[in-house]
Amino acid sequence: MNRELKIVVVEEDRDRAIAIVDALTDACPCDVVVIGDHSGLSRQIAAHGPDIVLIDVNNPTRDMMEELTLASGPLDRPVAMFVSGNSDGLAEAAIEAGMSAYVVDGLSPERIKPVMDTAIARFSMVRQMRNELAETRRALEERKVIDRAKGLLMKARGIDEQAAYALLRKTAMDQGRRVPDVAEALVTAAGLLG
Amino acid sequence: MKAVQISVAYMPLVDAAPLIVAQEMGFAAAEGIALDLIAAPSWSSVRDMLAFGRVDAAHMLSPVPLAMAMGLGGVSSAISAVSVLSVNGNVIGVGNALEAKLHDAGYAFDFADPYAAADALAGISDGPITFGVPFPFSMHVELLRYWADATSLGTHGINIRTVPPPLMAQALAAGEVDAFCVGEPWGSVAVESEAGALLLPGNAIWAFAPEKVLAVRTDWAETEPSLLGRLMRAVWKAGRWLSDPAVRATASGLLSRTAYLDVSAELIDRALSGHLILSRRGETRQVERFLEFHDGAATFPWRSQGQWIAQRLQRTYGGAGLSDAQFDQVIRPDLHRQHLTKVGYDLPGASAKLEGAILSPTPVASASGEITLQPDRFFDGQIFDPDTRNTIKN
Repeated sequence: MNRELKIVVVEEDRDRAIAIVDALTDACPCDVVVIGDHSGLSRQIAAHGPDIVLIDVNNPTRDMMEELTLASGPLDRPVAMFVSGNSDGLAEAAIEAGMSAYVVDGLSPERIKPVMDTAIARFSMVRQMRNELAETRRALEERKVIDRAKGLLMKARGIDEQAAYALLRKTAMDQGRRVPDVAEALVTAAGLLG
Repeated sequence: MKAVQISVAYMPLVDAAPLIVAQEMGFAAAEGIALDLIAAPSWSSVRDMLAFGRVDAAHMLSPVPLAMAMGLGGVSSAISAVSVLSVNGNVIGVGNALEAKLHDAGYAFDFADPYAAADALAGISDGPITFGVPFPFSMHVELLRYWADATSLGTHGINIRTVPPPLMAQALAAGEVDAFCVGEPWGSVAVESEAGALLLPGNAIWAFAPEKVLAVRTDWAETEPSLLGRLMRAVWKAGRWLSDPAVRATASGLLSRTAYLDVSAELIDRALSGHLILSRRGETRQVERFLEFHDGAATFPWRSQGQWIAQRLQRTYGGAGLSDAQFDQVIRPDLHRQHLTKVGYDLPGASAKLEGAILSPTPVASASGEITLQPDRFFDGQIFDPDTRNTIKN
């Protein structure tokens, strides 16, 4: 019987970390530790002696992890980003999902695969949710700007809301720009003119 | 004709300028390509994006392609350095605690003499000094080690720790590191945010150190020779454009945009002009060849520079080292010659030189006889002979 895998997840966002831990512990018998504070990251990780380390690709603290891969580094077992024997494209999938994994050398692929599959799925989901949230925020923001631009036009030209929007849209089309960009320009100009 | 897209990963640093300028000033368009510039959050990420095919080319720390070939670090795959993107440009600095002690001890902050700086540091510090650097495989690390090996700092002891530059101020404040070696704009950012003061420019240690390279996957270089040539020419022309002092204001304005470095143009201008502000006390120093993109055949990937780096890496990490055949797949003066002969670039006749032997601007044999190589002195006078791989005390 293999002992439990020890997995370290580097993640500052608490909710996100919990989601990842839950998914991993459901998927395989493993012991998951979360590191949320990146000061002395490589020392913290070394203290746990993990088999696998998972970290967001976009986390700038990733470069600190690189010290783990050095023979003379704080972890005395060699570590590689998950690439060795990647015939099934796991590394590419991980990068696509926005995740990087450091795996201790010599860990059998059968043990790594379920962890990676689960983690990749979870990271993809979180990334997608993040993108959707950002998209929604942006749409809301644009909506607000368009409303203000419409208001300015209605007041300045004495037209109704529908006509104001039509004017914005026509200007955007004529200039090959997006409606929100034209609205933004108008609001900025109005602000400057007082 | 529609321009062919080439995706390029870079770190938002002043020395990414040739890539940004190639795209923004039309040098890429003139070659029928468009650069899709992707800012990366970390050097590991730049490397992974290139290794796994997310991008076709990258702005890379000069030791990284060699380290990857030697199996050091998280990923090893075949990467070739086809041009040097920038020479020099790093600064060594200290946090406020060390700065105060140095100041009290009467240190002059001459920003020039590595011996004086080392003696001053060794004199005021009780234990080993911990330096933060951006990445384990970097010219930053090699310059620090070289400096310590030849001065009192070596016997005093230094530690080197990886800290991403955006987190350096925090690491200094938390006492995780005492000092740092970073590329611009991060040194000037540290000064502006009153996190520390500058001690030495990188070129006080090695006067002509290859800092970043243009890196591509070795197999991509083989399968896409035409695209590679166009990319190399666009970037080389951008470097030549940057070497004209008259364009500095335009260049710093361009780099300062939110999409690129997102710091003030004034801060960027310090690196481009070599006119640096050392600390919040406001002392300024003018550094010759602080950051070089073009002059003295700066873009030429000298085998001897690569051999020097490879030897230093092997000394630190052990291992078998690279065979000549392996090395020749990484450092590519052959591709540099092949693709840059037609741009009016007077290529040097040789592909290796004695590193550290040029003490003043020196004309050398070249295709049309017009190349002047710039000083490449090591501060302790050592000369690295690429044939014997030995260093000779000058």
